[in-house]
Amino acid sequence: MRHLIDTRTLTRDEALLILDTAEDMAATQQREVKKLPTLRGKSVVNLFFEDSTRTRISFEAAAKRLSADVINFSAKGSSVSKGESLKDTAQTLQAIGADGVIIRHPASGAAARLASSGWIDAGVLNAGDGTHEHPTQALLDAFTIRRRLHGEGSRGKGLDGVSVVIVGDIAHSRVARSNLWLLNALGARVSFVAPETLLPFGVRSWPVAIHHSLDTALREEQPDVVMMLRIQSERMHAAYFPNDREYARNWGLDDRRFEGLSDDTLVMHPGPMNRGLEISSRAADSSQSTVLEQVTHGVSVRMAALYLLLSGERIES
Amino acid sequence: MNTRTVLDQAEISRALTRISHEIIEANKGVSDLVLVGIPTRGTHLAQRIAANISRIEGVDVPVGSLDVTMYRDDLAHHPTRAPMPTEMPEDIDGATVVLVDDVLYSGRTVRAALDALGDHGRPKVVRLAALIDRGHRELPIRADFIGKNLPSSRDERISVRLVEHDGEDAVTIS
Repeated sequence: MRHLIDTRTLTRDEALLILDTAEDMAATQQREVKKLPTLRGKSVVNLFFEDSTRTRISFEAAAKRLSADVINFSAKGSSVSKGESLKDTAQTLQAIGADGVIIRHPASGAAARLASSGWIDAGVLNAGDGTHEHPTQALLDAFTIRRRLHGEGSRGKGLDGVSVVIVGDIAHSRVARSNLWLLNALGARVSFVAPETLLPFGVRSWPVAIHHSLDTALREEQPDVVMMLRIQSERMHAAYFPNDREYARNWGLDDRRFEGLSDDTLVMHPGPMNRGLEISSRAADSSQSTVLEQVTHGVSVRMAALYLLLSGERIES
Repeated sequence: MNTRTVLDQAEISRALTRISHEIIEANKGVSDLVLVGIPTRGTHLAQRIAANISRIEGVDVPVGSLDVTMYRDDLAHHPTRAPMPTEMPEDIDGATVVLVDDVLYSGRTVRAALDALGDHGRPKVVRLAALIDRGHRELPIRADFIGKNLPSSRDERISVRLVEHDGEDAVTIS
């Protein structure tokens, strides 16, 4: 692989390669010595134009456990705030000799632009671009589901026949999009649940079942996985629903809905959680919740992605 | 290209039986012995040697499988490799570990295996068994137990085929 920009173009075999490699990475994280010499001498730049502590430290931990040198770049306080363009930043990184660039950007398509522009030779890994995609988050979600379903025997397996219900702010969620494409490629059945105002344009042409009522969706889809999304108030510049209380009542995973779930239904959330809004504390802290596993697996999946992107010969394109 | 069989099934079996006896002798028995194969074929060979030792001594020796992909120093010179699973016995501290591989060539795989082993624990002794030693070492590494020395030119290709992975037992040179 040269870059990891999205999950839409990822084949089932490519996805399984990343997930299986992540299994090996996870195994190394159980040892006393967690560090591998694999990417020694490589430089990885965390290029973050948008704040995200948890994704940044997850990537930083992953790169450091593979012995890469990590340079953290935050747009705040950099020349970007003085008007420097993405091109200028990329060319600076090229001059520094970066081997890999992990980019988070508020504009959809920024990662693809960086990868295809010819400004930089480094492998580009999308850590979230606008409302487009967040491939490693989807991969770690798939990894977490697979681990819960198949345990030690996960290697080589897809998610065939697994029913996943994704609930909440689909319109602003790159996590929902990345998950939809990846879960489909792995053979799962995906449903979106959201008020019409929080569904993205064109969603009806996507391979997904759509519900407006969470209760109906839980009844009809009999989900193996319920994935709650965060209400991204920072991205909402209009009224998408009347108020928080009404949202929680209609689309939140409250105690009543959580108790109605089967005991082996997984509850997922990409974090950070708005407790009491999209998810109740009881659901978030239950044994069915995978929130903390997702964080742990995030490091393994990102190690796998960095390994597959940055080791091996650079094929000049 | 001309392909010649260097070892057939019976000869591979005899070589492994001899290696098994040599391991027992060098270790003065089987106490604290752990066999660790390097995937894919090294792991199968380690399992066969363990079966031989079990037959000879009546004791089951733990067998591990150690993938060294992440420890190689030539990752940047080859296409990306998919790693294989590593399964190690719980504790190798203080044990005599015998690394098992099919072909010993430059020695770089063994160097990587030594590094990888060091991340799992601190064995008392590490020894090396290889079915074929074809020479051309690039590092100061030698095997303790060898099935067959096979001096070969760098242009020649040696392939070890095992029933468990390839459906037949044979070592060929072409």
